[in-house]
Amino acid sequence: MIIQTSKLQKQYGESLVVAGLDLSVKQGQCFGLLGPNGAGKTTTIRMLLGMTEPTDGSIQVLGHDVPTEAYLARQRIGVVPQLDNLDPDFTVEENLRVYASFFGITGGALEKRIDWLLDFAELQHKRSAKIGALSGGMQRRLTIARALVNDPELVVLDEPTTGLDPQVRHLIWSRLRELQREGKTLLLTTHYMEEAERLCDELAIMDNGKIVTQGSPKALTKEHIEPHVFEFAELVGEQSIQLSRLQGVRLEQSGTTWYAYTHEPEPIQHWVNEQGGVAMLQRQHNLEDVFLRLTRRDLRD
Amino acid sequence: MTNMLKGPFAVWRRNAKVWTKLMRVSMVIQFGEPLIYLLGLGYGLGQFVPAMDGLPYLTFLASGLVMSSVMNTATFEGMYSCYTRMDPQKTHQAMLATPLRVRDVVIGEQLWAATKGCIPCIALLLVAFGLGAVSAATALLVPFVGLLAGLAFAGFCMPIVPFARSYDYFSYFYTLVIIPMFMFSGVFYPLESLPEFVSVLAQLLPLSHAVALARPLVIGEWPTDVLIHMSVLMAYAIAGGWLSIRLFKRRLMD
Repeated sequence: MIIQTSKLQKQYGESLVVAGLDLSVKQGQCFGLLGPNGAGKTTTIRMLLGMTEPTDGSIQVLGHDVPTEAYLARQRIGVVPQLDNLDPDFTVEENLRVYASFFGITGGALEKRIDWLLDFAELQHKRSAKIGALSGGMQRRLTIARALVNDPELVVLDEPTTGLDPQVRHLIWSRLRELQREGKTLLLTTHYMEEAERLCDELAIMDNGKIVTQGSPKALTKEHIEPHVFEFAELVGEQSIQLSRLQGVRLEQSGTTWYAYTHEPEPIQHWVNEQGGVAMLQRQHNLEDVFLRLTRRDLRD
Repeated sequence: MTNMLKGPFAVWRRNAKVWTKLMRVSMVIQFGEPLIYLLGLGYGLGQFVPAMDGLPYLTFLASGLVMSSVMNTATFEGMYSCYTRMDPQKTHQAMLATPLRVRDVVIGEQLWAATKGCIPCIALLLVAFGLGAVSAATALLVPFVGLLAGLAFAGFCMPIVPFARSYDYFSYFYTLVIIPMFMFSGVFYPLESLPEFVSVLAQLLPLSHAVALARPLVIGEWPTDVLIHMSVLMAYAIAGGWLSIRLFKRRLMD
């Protein structure tokens, strides 16, 4: 096991932010932590890295006890924090160089590594640019490159693509898949179901500091959601009641949108035809349905 | 280099690297400030005060300012700049995601603040030498006293950094502690000329001890009570560093 926690807890004042977490991440896995804001994902990650002390429970990362030996584990971990904390006093290249010095990496091997990292992040042309002159996407790419300066066995990414445009997001995804192919273990948190579906082979959905469910994206979708989904932007009068009474239909509302879940699409299609002109979208079930169902649909800050 | 200093030295080097990039601009300030003090106070006031404690006033003043310049610079670096790296810039958080630990960060910051404190100290000695106020060979030892004093001043101010929520927080400490220490530690006039309780208070703070070591060295004499003065400075350096590690840990690892 690369990561193993047992009954992990973190309490801030009265509130239990992480409430007894048992987590196992295997070698070579891309493990995703999903959950609404405030579910305890970032606190969990910080505890795994020894950057926050747990209130209770035990943690093992790369064979080291955390937090006591966390600094030894961190020698072999790459960390991409939620908010970029690049050094504004330095250029792109200097950022990599200085960060490497924190790992004790210097000399000829470092020169090669820096070249490789700048290629990896497609930032060769920005080598001597100051951080302030980089776009948000470039800063993110540099933060990811910086996390790889020590050629880590485990890469921990806290919301790696939040707030980025689709081009940058796709570039980062392809880079993360590259790392996976190299056999590195990835642990990431995300709000994006698409990201989780594309990258992760194992997912844990967190809510209120606990794991609500865990499995591969496919298995989770299959386990929790009927295969056919119909979305209705608007239902008027008796329509929602009629719909919910159809055989084998589970109807739910999120915001103003209605979702009808079913194993058999025909009765709903038939009902839609009878109504004539109901705005409707038919699609397959996906991870977002699981997420919304398990973390309920109420809005969080 | 032992393993224990590897981490702090990496932090020190990062700060030193930033400083070398801005060196040219800051050199004007490093040399300009002591020049203004020495000329403005030393020459100006020196016309009316021909001798202080048996020394030409310019020499007396220079031998005090070498240490108060360490205090001002090390305190600024240990409070404002350190806070910048801790909070708005999140440099310390970035460091803690690497094998560095809180103790490496704190000791590295303390070492750097002390190092930076020596820069105006050396600049001031050079300026005073140029003005003919300092010529003794023992003055070459003053920067080493400056380094020890710098560690003490950093240890003195850094424990308050983790309590700060903004830069305003430091104004209180500066106005209520640092400026009185600057005034009443024998930099501008001898400690003995103060009421006894003030001089006792002053001797509880680090600056008077730094001045007591530096002043004789500047004029070519060997200081008295060397062990006492060094012990006080060392106590501030070590106790302050230890306390800072604990308090930074609470803030950074929350």
